[in-house]
Amino acid sequence: MTTIAVSTTINGDDVEYLCHADESLLDVLRNRLGLMGSKEGCGTGDCGACSTMLDGRIVCSCLVLGAEAEGREIETIEGMAHGHDLHPLQTKFLEHAALQCGICTPGFLMAAKALLDVNPDPTEEEIRFWLAGNLCRCTGYDKIVRAVQDAAAEMRGDAA
Amino acid sequence: MSFDASYNEKELNAVGTRPVRPDGVDKVTGRARYGADYNMPGQLVARVLRSPHAHARILRIDTSQAEALKGVKAVVTAADLPDLTDGDASLFAILDNCMARTKALYDGHAVAAVAAIDVHVARKALKLIEVDYEVLPHVVDVDLAMAPDAPVLDETIITKGVTPAPDAPSNVFAHSEFGHGDVAAGFAKADEIVERTFKTEQTHQGYIEPHACVASCNSDGSAEMWVCTQGPFVYRQVCADLLGLEVSKLKVTSSEIGGGFGGKTHVWAEPVALALSRKAGRPVKLVMSRNEVFRASGPTSATSIDVKIGATKDGTITAAEATLRYTSGPYPDTWAETGAMTAFACYDLENVKTVGIEVLVNRPKVAAYRAPSAPMAAFAVESAIDSLAHKIGIDAVDFRIKNAAREGTRSSYGPVYGPIGIGPTLEAAKAHAHMSAPLGKNQGRGMACGFWFNFGGQTCTDLNISADGTVTLSVGTVDVGGSRASLSMIAAEELGIAYEDVKAGVADTASLGYNDMTDGSRGTFSSSMATISAARNAIAVMKQRAALMWDIPVEDIEWKDGQAHAVGASHDNLAPLSVKDIAAKAGNTGGPIAGHSELVADGAGVSFGTHICDVEVDPETGATRVIRYTVIQDAGKAVHPAYVEGQYQGGAAQGIGWALNEEYIYGEDGRLQNAGFLDYRIPVCSDLPMIDTQILEIPNPNHPYGVRGVGETSIVPPLAAVANAVSDAVGVRMTHVPISPPRILAALKAQR
Ligand code: FES
Ligand code: FES
Repeated sequence: MTTIAVSTTINGDDVEYLCHADESLLDVLRNRLGLMGSKEGCGTGDCGACSTMLDGRIVCSCLVLGAEAEGREIETIEGMAHGHDLHPLQTKFLEHAALQCGICTPGFLMAAKALLDVNPDPTEEEIRFWLAGNLCRCTGYDKIVRAVQDAAAEMRGDAA
Repeated sequence: MSFDASYNEKELNAVGTRPVRPDGVDKVTGRARYGADYNMPGQLVARVLRSPHAHARILRIDTSQAEALKGVKAVVTAADLPDLTDGDASLFAILDNCMARTKALYDGHAVAAVAAIDVHVARKALKLIEVDYEVLPHVVDVDLAMAPDAPVLDETIITKGVTPAPDAPSNVFAHSEFGHGDVAAGFAKADEIVERTFKTEQTHQGYIEPHACVASCNSDGSAEMWVCTQGPFVYRQVCADLLGLEVSKLKVTSSEIGGGFGGKTHVWAEPVALALSRKAGRPVKLVMSRNEVFRASGPTSATSIDVKIGATKDGTITAAEATLRYTSGPYPDTWAETGAMTAFACYDLENVKTVGIEVLVNRPKVAAYRAPSAPMAAFAVESAIDSLAHKIGIDAVDFRIKNAAREGTRSSYGPVYGPIGIGPTLEAAKAHAHMSAPLGKNQGRGMACGFWFNFGGQTCTDLNISADGTVTLSVGTVDVGGSRASLSMIAAEELGIAYEDVKAGVADTASLGYNDMTDGSRGTFSSSMATISAARNAIAVMKQRAALMWDIPVEDIEWKDGQAHAVGASHDNLAPLSVKDIAAKAGNTGGPIAGHSELVADGAGVSFGTHICDVEVDPETGATRVIRYTVIQDAGKAVHPAYVEGQYQGGAAQGIGWALNEEYIYGEDGRLQNAGFLDYRIPVCSDLPMIDTQILEIPNPNHPYGVRGVGETSIVPPLAAVANAVSDAVGVRMTHVPISPPRILAALKAQR
């Protein structure tokens, strides 16, 4: 099968790769680029484990073709922390024990970051509906929602 | 070294705090490696061909075209997994389930597999495999499978446990019976009796990570496997048995596990991956799709349960009886037996009898799911208890409190209880603010209790003290939800050092002795016991080393607050030696310092919980929302309370999904119609409220810190708690789970 050459930006770096026409962005990230922080829970857009930012919008990378990334900007979980400095969401997820098995965590962190980018002070209901595309089978969501609330407060600079 | 596991009340410093887990940073940065996140040089990609039929004889499989395709390196069928099970029926069932031999027994049953250089070739190869099926009549419903005219799945099955033995084969594998007293006499004394039949549908554990493994067989007979599993040692044993490998030559490494809930205690794809690797002579990676996970791994039993409970007007239960029919998939198993044991375990009953009936159907082989078999039994019993309380006109909580089991009660399944938590969780529920909060229009409240046995089992742990005095802890129980944190805390507690100075990791099968699965809520319970024992052994060594360093008798040394102290007037001038001091000199005092422990963790300590649930039902659509939920459960001792709360919340959420939405839907053709997360809908964030938790601590007498297993009980009460709440809201008793909108509307219509 012939491949397509793609030039794109991932976590701020220029990246070039070859991929098949039917290959998902998720497969490209995981299998060609070694960025395995994005997870595949379903491959059909139903679980959010593969959540990735594409030009500032949260997408299921299993539903995006690798070829579609041409000339665009992608952010993945691997780009969330700056060196050893964790993003407040990452810190709060740890403090609140918002992960058990952790397979859903990269997707939740990306989705929650996308929420706080557009809405720094979401209500509980807004958080719950924004995150409704991300499945977690371990936690019952309680601690995830609290971690997002707490991270949002910290990022706004509210006193705890 | 002998180890005293009995509970000893003392002040704990590390235990009971909420530190960040040692594997945490890896998990929030995407660095943690799960089943599918591992590759080997020269690895092939595997794909599995599955039966589209619910029940069919396999007449012929022709793999020649697939084998001839460029890029295909191996094709396997049952012929490549010869039967080495030597009459072991349960092992044979595992083998046959991994790869169908003479018959495909459910939609999704594996019939062949390929390993190829990439996924495109593998997919193409699957299409080139020809299978001739003779389609047979099928049955998927538990009650229909017991009917006299039902198609029989296995002609060799004559029901066990009934006398006289039936003379014809059927789908009923076995009957089991539990109880004591005389139920007929008990019912004769009752003023009121409730008798009802309940049904529950089949659900899936729904772990977000599909099964995945990388298998590599070498020409020298050794083999390796990287796999997401709850039990690398058990996977090693089963795979070695099925493939005829020497157990010690197969090294199994468990990846980080993306959820299991019991579903990753059974092998499915792993023996197939090994067989492909053996045939191809290259490593093979096999990752199931979500569709395959639903069709061919793990579901629970579907059930149909009759319950009869009688009580006197003052609220004393005089007799209780249940007949529990559980599907086991197409192979014999003991799921109904477990349900029959748990059904009335919450109560102190003079006359009780339960019968479990194991039923074969054309559905996937049933796998464990969090307190397996207990939620369905609890749904039936706790619903009937609720009805009976209403009938007598007594408060549902008071009724349960009056009849609750207590220390000394002979349980319905046999043993006599030690100190237990059912009474205290009920009292806590009664006193809880949730219980008296006002309800609005179309809202209802329900509560229910649940029980789980908890397991202990074979466990071993290595504790190594490094030259700088920090500690590595190798455990053999897979960490499914924070146990590396809790076990590090336990080691720190026992040694008297800081949590940050201990790093726990999960060992592979070549690095540690045998460990049972992480199942039965045993992870923290049993590995903490082994960790305490290993730490005490290490302390004994450190005392000897301190004796050498000081040149005094070891009897004069006492271990306190992480230090060796010389006791006695003649040693007054000796400053205590810390772990770091002793470790620094280890090279001169006898070499590396370690503590090991191998034990069978007995006395896991039974667990009870009580849940309270408020719902709002839309009478137009039948849609139900859970608007408030409270979990009260006995933890014995909560080592890391945040992770204990997480277990309570997670189990409750799974139970709520089971109660309201989740079910396997089969078509007339016996094919699964909702093998994906879109149509098999697990609760999402916007479906649920915050889930309040209350941890009770009634020490387990058989654990040094009083710990009980906490992982499973939380899924037992929700089916009934939700059903009782919905029944309260709509004024009709709901008897079929999931209580989906169509079932609610049908019940409302029937009432009018
Ligand atoms: S893997 Fe993309 S949504 Fe599930
Ligand atoms: S923590 Fe396991 S799925 Fe979310």
